[in-house]
Amino acid sequence: MILTVDRVTKWFGEEPARTYALREVSLEVDHEEMLYIVGPSGSGKTTLLSVISGILRPNAGTVTVEGREIWNLSADELADFRLRTLGFVFQDYHLFPRLTTLENVAVPLVLRHVRWRESLRKAREVLEVVGLADKGELPPPRLSGGEQQRIAIARAIVAEPDLLVLDEPTASLDGDTGKRIVGFVKSRILNEHRAIIVVTHDDRIYPYATRIIHMEDGRIVDRAESVA
Amino acid sequence: MSGVLALALKLLLGDRGKFYTLVIGITFAVFLMMLMTSMFFGIIQHSAANIINIGADVWVMDPNVQTPQNSIPMPDYVLDVVRSVPGVDYAVPLYLGAGLVRLENGDYQAATVVGLDDASLFGMPPLLEGRIPDIYRNSAFFVVRDANTAKLGSPGLGTTFEINDHRAVIAGIASVPVGSLFGLPTLYTTYGRATQDLPSTRYVMSFILVHPKSPAAVAGIQRAVRALGYRALTAAEFTTRNDRFYEFQTAMGMNILIMTLISFVVGLSIAGETFYMFVLDNLERFGALKAIGARSSELVAMIFYQSLVVSFLGFGFGVLLASGLIAFGKLKIPNYAAVITYQNLLMALVMVLIISAVSAYVGIRRILRIDPFVVFRS
Repeated sequence: MILTVDRVTKWFGEEPARTYALREVSLEVDHEEMLYIVGPSGSGKTTLLSVISGILRPNAGTVTVEGREIWNLSADELADFRLRTLGFVFQDYHLFPRLTTLENVAVPLVLRHVRWRESLRKAREVLEVVGLADKGELPPPRLSGGEQQRIAIARAIVAEPDLLVLDEPTASLDGDTGKRIVGFVKSRILNEHRAIIVVTHDDRIYPYATRIIHMEDGRIVDRAESVA
Repeated sequence: MSGVLALALKLLLGDRGKFYTLVIGITFAVFLMMLMTSMFFGIIQHSAANIINIGADVWVMDPNVQTPQNSIPMPDYVLDVVRSVPGVDYAVPLYLGAGLVRLENGDYQAATVVGLDDASLFGMPPLLEGRIPDIYRNSAFFVVRDANTAKLGSPGLGTTFEINDHRAVIAGIASVPVGSLFGLPTLYTTYGRATQDLPSTRYVMSFILVHPKSPAAVAGIQRAVRALGYRALTAAEFTTRNDRFYEFQTAMGMNILIMTLISFVVGLSIAGETFYMFVLDNLERFGALKAIGARSSELVAMIFYQSLVVSFLGFGFGVLLASGLIAFGKLKIPNYAAVITYQNLLMALVMVLIISAVSAYVGIRRILRIDPFVVFRS
């Protein structure tokens, strides 16, 4: 099991105005799984993703990734955990517009103190994987939304993370492009060493999931096994 | 860490508008600070021209004397007493005053007159033209060739004029390391001729120049002179006393200080605000870096590095610009009183480092407070 979430609760604010974003959420994710977390806005999907990613500390419960209880780690250890174990694809990509595509992809390697030139070499290889080898010297704003999404994916996988986290990956894309991107991720990125968690409310990409869980009001309300 | 710093540099250089604003802002501040302090140091140095040019180890003077230009004449017996103080190798009188020169065309021009001890000619500057013994000829004066010589009609050897209604002949042309602050031509002659032709007061001796037998003897000489009711200062002490006078007893020091502080505040404002805007513009991206796995210490290092890069660039350009302007000023106005010293370079550097640290601190405070959760909010 790559990820185990055990009775995680997260609230914001103090009583009596306390709002519960997650209520005793538990789930497990295995290697080679492409798990979708779906549900309406405000259901707690993104909060759960943040807790799993070591970004938002839960008020109760545990998150274990590759056998390590991540919320027992110090701030620096958590940063290292995110750097070495996770790959992120943010909804708004959060690419650096002043860096070239190649440099953007190399960022996680640079943070891992891989030498600059070596980072760029590896980034170039990954850009080939996502089919953007010829766009390496362009800045992200000169690329289409789909291409920027693929750069974000390239950046997320360049350091070969065990767990890939995609937050609303098709939110800024048209239907066909969204499906192509997610199909690409499943066919080219998912493997026996890795799991992928996708937060989405785009039902057009549901067929690509290996499993879907539905959330409402901070709870998992439905677990569908092996969609595809 | 070098990769992270390279990333920081690329982010900084990528935002050209803010990068140029930062560098120009700091350059401008450094330029103003350098110019202000250079002018001040230049004025101070030129005001001490006589101390530097004459080069005595110890100067004996009336206790109320603050600068070489404002001497209070002493009676001759002081010289005799000083000569008898243990530790004094030799002591000579010096006349330092002003004379009114009437040029051949009838114009009048004030001049500084230095009267050197007749026997030793102690304090004689190097001659460009003429011979040292010529100073003993009748009515002989040596003129210093500097930016002010032209005010005497650029005299050559043999030029005659009147000084305080006495005939004077240029018998030599000398050069000195530091020009006068007050824009007056300088004439050297013997003490005897100077005191005979120029003063109107009862006492005529402006200073006594002392050469101690050893540096260790200076303290004893100073004690003995103090007991006499006068003051003996080493050249360094007299220079400091002169500096303090201009710094604290004229408005000049305060004005320069205020201008320097204003330059500093202007630089700090421009750099601080622009850097803060730069950080704000990139806040979400720094948040993304934090989410991806950058440690807070790495983000701090990035911000400090960016701030240091613009600060050092600004410092370099500012110093270059100030040096260029001063060099140009000296080319056009040879007596231009501005000088760049290690002190004002160091002061500008310290101020730039403060600007850099404050700017970085403002950005760092913001960055350390970023919640990486922000990257998940659309």
